[in-house]
Amino acid sequence: MLTAIVFLPLLVAVLLAVVPRCGDAAARWVWVGTATVELALVGVVWAGYETPPPGQLAFAVRATWIPGVGSSYHLGVDGLSLPLMAMTAVVFLACAVYALRERHRPRVQASLFLFLQSVCLGVFAAADLILFFVFFDLSIVGMYAVIAGWGHGDRARSALKFFLYTFLGSLALLTGFIGLYAAADPHTFDMPTLTAENPLAGRPLAGGVVLAAILIGLAVKTPTVPFHTWLPPAHTDAPAVGSAVLAGVLLKLGTYGFVRIAAPMLPQAWRGWAWAIVAVGVVSVLYGALVALAQTNLKRMIAYTSINHMGYVVLAVGVAGLVGVDTAEPRAVAVTGAVTQMVSHGLITAALFLLAGVLYERAGSYDLHAYGGLAAPAPMFAALFAVGAFASLGLPAFSGFIAEFQVFAGSIATAPVTAVALLGILVTAALFLRAGQALLTGPTAGCATGFGDLRPTELWSVGPLLGLSLLIGVLPRPLLDLIEPAARTVVDLLGR
Amino acid sequence: MMRTELLLPELLLAGGALVVLLGGSFVPRHRQWILRGVAAAVCGTVIITAAVALSAPANTAFDGTYAIDTGTGVARILAAAGCLLVLALAGDELAGAARESDAYALLLFATAGAVLLAGATDLLALVVGFLLASIPLYALIGLAGTAAGAEAVLKTYLLGALFGILLLLGVTLLAGITGTTAYGELVARLPDAPRPVVTVAAVAVIGGLMFKAGGFPAHFWVPDAAQGGTAMAATFLTTVPKIGALLAVHRLAGVLPGSSNWPAVVAALAVASMLLGNLAAFWQTDVRRLLGWSTVSQVGYLLVPVVATGRSDLAQPSLLVYLAGYTVTNVAAFAVTAALPRHRDRTSWRGVAATTPWLAAALVVALLGLVGTPPTAVFVGKLTAASAAWDGGYAWLAVVVFGNSALSLFYYLRWLVPLYQPWAVAPPDRPGRWSATVAVVAAALSLVVGVAAGLVWRAAGG
Repeated sequence: MLTAIVFLPLLVAVLLAVVPRCGDAAARWVWVGTATVELALVGVVWAGYETPPPGQLAFAVRATWIPGVGSSYHLGVDGLSLPLMAMTAVVFLACAVYALRERHRPRVQASLFLFLQSVCLGVFAAADLILFFVFFDLSIVGMYAVIAGWGHGDRARSALKFFLYTFLGSLALLTGFIGLYAAADPHTFDMPTLTAENPLAGRPLAGGVVLAAILIGLAVKTPTVPFHTWLPPAHTDAPAVGSAVLAGVLLKLGTYGFVRIAAPMLPQAWRGWAWAIVAVGVVSVLYGALVALAQTNLKRMIAYTSINHMGYVVLAVGVAGLVGVDTAEPRAVAVTGAVTQMVSHGLITAALFLLAGVLYERAGSYDLHAYGGLAAPAPMFAALFAVGAFASLGLPAFSGFIAEFQVFAGSIATAPVTAVALLGILVTAALFLRAGQALLTGPTAGCATGFGDLRPTELWSVGPLLGLSLLIGVLPRPLLDLIEPAARTVVDLLGR
Repeated sequence: MMRTELLLPELLLAGGALVVLLGGSFVPRHRQWILRGVAAAVCGTVIITAAVALSAPANTAFDGTYAIDTGTGVARILAAAGCLLVLALAGDELAGAARESDAYALLLFATAGAVLLAGATDLLALVVGFLLASIPLYALIGLAGTAAGAEAVLKTYLLGALFGILLLLGVTLLAGITGTTAYGELVARLPDAPRPVVTVAAVAVIGGLMFKAGGFPAHFWVPDAAQGGTAMAATFLTTVPKIGALLAVHRLAGVLPGSSNWPAVVAALAVASMLLGNLAAFWQTDVRRLLGWSTVSQVGYLLVPVVATGRSDLAQPSLLVYLAGYTVTNVAAFAVTAALPRHRDRTSWRGVAATTPWLAAALVVALLGLVGTPPTAVFVGKLTAASAAWDGGYAWLAVVVFGNSALSLFYYLRWLVPLYQPWAVAPPDRPGRWSATVAVVAAALSLVVGVAAGLVWRAAGG
């Protein structure tokens, strides 16, 4: 089942690439169709999912791959990966719908995005470090091609910066993986085995070095301060669907690595570095928010709020390592909040980037001050943008609130000093209100004159994303029931 | 005792070379493609016989001076496969040329030399292999007949002579202090030999072999030959001789005592080759020269598992898997340049993706493969090589490998980016049919080897 989910988009991508007779319209609809099937398949997995016992995975498949180096084809899901796979399927479907109006080489674009969907789902489903890395690295190659091929502005430079930066990070990650492999006895790359074995227990120096390599690799991808400099140019110059996937899905590959690999496999070193990780999280929250406040380019602003939102995740997983008396419960809440935040941020930011794409497509500018009074000519756009902005700043009744509330409830109960990161929410609220004001209110002026309202493809891509965020905000239980057992397992593993 | 049947692949290569050489005198120039077919058939037969022999238990020939084991078996297959791909690629460039059949004979001789190097377990057999692999190369590079080609030949010849003497010096020293040239006896006697002499001899022999491998400090000829030689020669000399030379270093490393500090020597050569190759490739504009420098850096990576020889069980299989990946990937990259011989400056590659998407895709797979992007074969090679080094106590070498891989990404991308830009003046040439086919086939093979790495690993004795 998982094999089908991971490789179906790849198969379709190859078919689209090698069958040149396939027309553009057909390619667009094949993409939408495949993305729909993917979402349905993930839905089937979700419906059939029963929480596996700790240390095991549901829907596991395993086959020999490179037995000589202890690497196997091993897939499986649990409460950490399944919500993210579902989010990935939703975001890619939204992108497919949005791209129905794409005119620039739609066949190749559809093929590339299906390839990207395959590798992103592969990262979340992988239960072997090498398999994880294969998909992780290919996601970089795919995104490079998206930015360089369909972007605008100084796209070649931004794409190159993105590629070099994240590739360097991925190699640091691979170095860490080899360290884990060499420490395990017998040598293996299998993730559940490594998690159970805790190979570097009792070797603080080696554990610290290996964790440092893995953390750098994941921090570049997430990104956290000070490894974030590739993100704003990459987002600014990427096409709308590219930005949506980059922010919605690719950033989660980094944060997912924290809860899946770094924390459970190196608990001792993680506890040792927990305060440093918390500090990086808090700095990312505040720095991301403050720099976002200073932006006048809408896309850059959303990019910086991504750094802010990923900061909450890093803060929460850092707090999970602050093992103390009677803190297991709040720390589990923090980890649950972190995973919820990954899902929530994926939905909301993808929607916001697609809306930013609408702006650029109509008027060719992301400058907030070039617009004004959009609410009059484009009421639907204005409504959705306002909903997205409120969802992003963490207003109750949206998924962001559920996530951030849990992150803070868990963090402050464990380490009260982390309350300082609450300032980030305040700044984010201010900047979204300011952006909404500049874009939507006042007399219609500048680029807003003659602005066409949302087309059906735009409405039906952005709308469902925000609708889902609202649904999670109102009815969080089904999602939380899925995440909570897995979060408790992570906290238990960290206590070893 | 001479056991001919054991050496069937080597005899086929040498005999085939003679047949092609003599046959060239009796076949009219426009029918010389027949000899290309003969040479290709020889390579195909070598691959089959070597694959069959691979399942037999390890053996030796010529009184223990030549090992027939997994290492030799894989080297036979890889060298013959590399030669086969080069023969196919030569179809565009050499068809109807004045020295067509001579070139094919030289290719087969050089391949035989590379295989001999890989299997030698006696210092004198090693020297014979070295000479047999070197001399045909000088002639192959000279086939270009251009000023740049002549310069490259002279440089290669002088360096080859110099490092050949260095090799002989090391061999003499080792034979002098132990009274034997057979590896089997060297293992027993070297630990008692004076340590400084052994160290000097080890440096000399390994240094001499670096000429064939095209690694630091004997790398100067590689970029010149890659740029000045014909595409066929450039592809061959950056691929096949390395297989022999690196296995020779690996076998020698298994003989030398740890006290001679050979791991430090090999590690230093590895780091120097990686860094120098990558840094020198950075601002190259001629794509063939860029690839030449890139092969220097690849030798550095290939030396990493050699450092772990005797310290990690992963050493030999990872070296063989990396060699397999390197052979197909490097041939793919050079074959792309052979398909568009007039496009030498990297900026002249604009628009290639639009006119020949398959060729561009092959180049993307090949270059990203050389960087070590999964799931290509070189990724598995780099991964296992780094694992072997870490396992053998050289964790820092694994870090250097990945750091250098990140460095190398930059210059490969500098070449890849223009491919996808629109052309400026005129559309690119039509690619040569043979070379383009070889490029696509080799690039596909590098993906297949990467995905089916488990099978390759088992064949490599892991």
